[in-house]
Amino acid sequence: MTVHFCVHDEGDSVGVVVVEGITSGQALNGWIMDQDKMIAFNAKSDIPIGHKLAIRAIAAGDTIIKYGVDIGKAVKNIAAGEHLHVHNVKTKRW
Amino acid sequence: MGINLKNAAFEGWRRENGRMGVRNHVIILPVDDLSNAACEAVANNIKGALAIPHAYGRLQFGADLDLHFRTLIGTGSNPNVAGVVVIGIEPGWTGRIVEGIAKSGKPVEGFAIEQNGDINTIANASRAAYRMVKHASRLKKTRASMQELWVSTKCGESDTTSGLASCPTVGDSFDKLWANGNTLVFGETTELTGGEHLVAERCRTPEIRAQFQAMFDRYQRVVETNKTNDLSESQPTKGNIEGGLTTIEEKALGNIQKIGKKCLVDGVLDKAEAPTHSGLWFMDSSSAAAEMVTLCAASGFAVHTFPTGQGNVIGNPILPVIKLTANPRTQRTMSEHIDVDVTGLLQRQMNMDEAGEALLDCIIRTADGELTAAELLGHREFSLTRLYESA
Repeated sequence: MTVHFCVHDEGDSVGVVVVEGITSGQALNGWIMDQDKMIAFNAKSDIPIGHKLAIRAIAAGDTIIKYGVDIGKAVKNIAAGEHLHVHNVKTKRW
Repeated sequence: MGINLKNAAFEGWRRENGRMGVRNHVIILPVDDLSNAACEAVANNIKGALAIPHAYGRLQFGADLDLHFRTLIGTGSNPNVAGVVVIGIEPGWTGRIVEGIAKSGKPVEGFAIEQNGDINTIANASRAAYRMVKHASRLKKTRASMQELWVSTKCGESDTTSGLASCPTVGDSFDKLWANGNTLVFGETTELTGGEHLVAERCRTPEIRAQFQAMFDRYQRVVETNKTNDLSESQPTKGNIEGGLTTIEEKALGNIQKIGKKCLVDGVLDKAEAPTHSGLWFMDSSSAAAEMVTLCAASGFAVHTFPTGQGNVIGNPILPVIKLTANPRTQRTMSEHIDVDVTGLLQRQMNMDEAGEALLDCIIRTADGELTAAELLGHREFSLTRLYESA
């Protein structure tokens, strides 16, 4: 079975697409690495390889969790399955 | 079934100071930008001699000048180098670098251009290079235990696959090498931002932790003082963002995977400073690939591991750079740059222990003399770190 996206930890807000050519509406298999579990999900955007999708609904101002750690804040509402990147998430540090 | 590092060995060159090298370069080292042309002419005259041109060395002062000397002396003293010809515009600073390298015990000779001109300097330096290459070619390889291999790491053109798989692969091999008593280094000070607390927790003693924190805080002040935006497109780079990394915190957490799960930070180093004992060292350094790898070479490291996501093509004149990737697009489009393919990790076709073993196997083969992709493609990026403007 092809793994379409990987999640570091089951508490994370995001998964990473690890295959090329993911399109909106596509059914995706996700692998949660730390807990070694599989999940299923539908993409809500076209998402390039290496880019992230939200795996839960996120509100503007929410902290984004990856590796179980804070990686920044949402600056827009983000739906589950949507592409999550610099257009809707910013650093908290600089 | 894994590699037994205690019994593992490699064949390299035992240098005068006892260190083991894995390459046998004779380098023609300019003190300054003005001497690059003469160095390149010498390397063109004598086959097997390698010129290392660079952009600096004039009117530097204070800590920035100290770093310039430390980097050039460290490069010449690296055990992958058999002998050095130093050429500078004038004899004073040329002699200072020659004396610094001579402390390693290896052959080194200096030449100054003023009052000789390029043509006579090139002739005299070419004769010295001729003798040194002849000498180096006579040196026999000897066997040494794996523990004697100094291994550095730094990643580049990272993307999300770096943090998922290629950086953890280095981490797995570093955990194994650390337990084996090897000497290791990582750095990239700003690229720990967002995960600095995780590195601080891994420092062996409160003193080391305080030293690490002071280095981290100092570099943050450089960013805060000079920034004109949130550094997006600089750190993370445009390439990182193209590869899916969104914030510095996310990039840092991937970067930190390179120090594995078990290693402790046994000490901290200033730029181009050499470790004084085995273990894992943190070097306060730039996160720019060529700068950091140049500093690792100047600190005496013999093999470098370089995870990449989007496909950084870096090499170094004297330090073999082993590149690994987990990104299937990079592996598909740029395979000639990749030494270890760990794309299988993301499809559960390979586990982390197997990936770490594959990298260790490549490290040992490289130490034994197998050329890396960067060596085959002629990548010799040599980039000096500057601390501030020249006088």
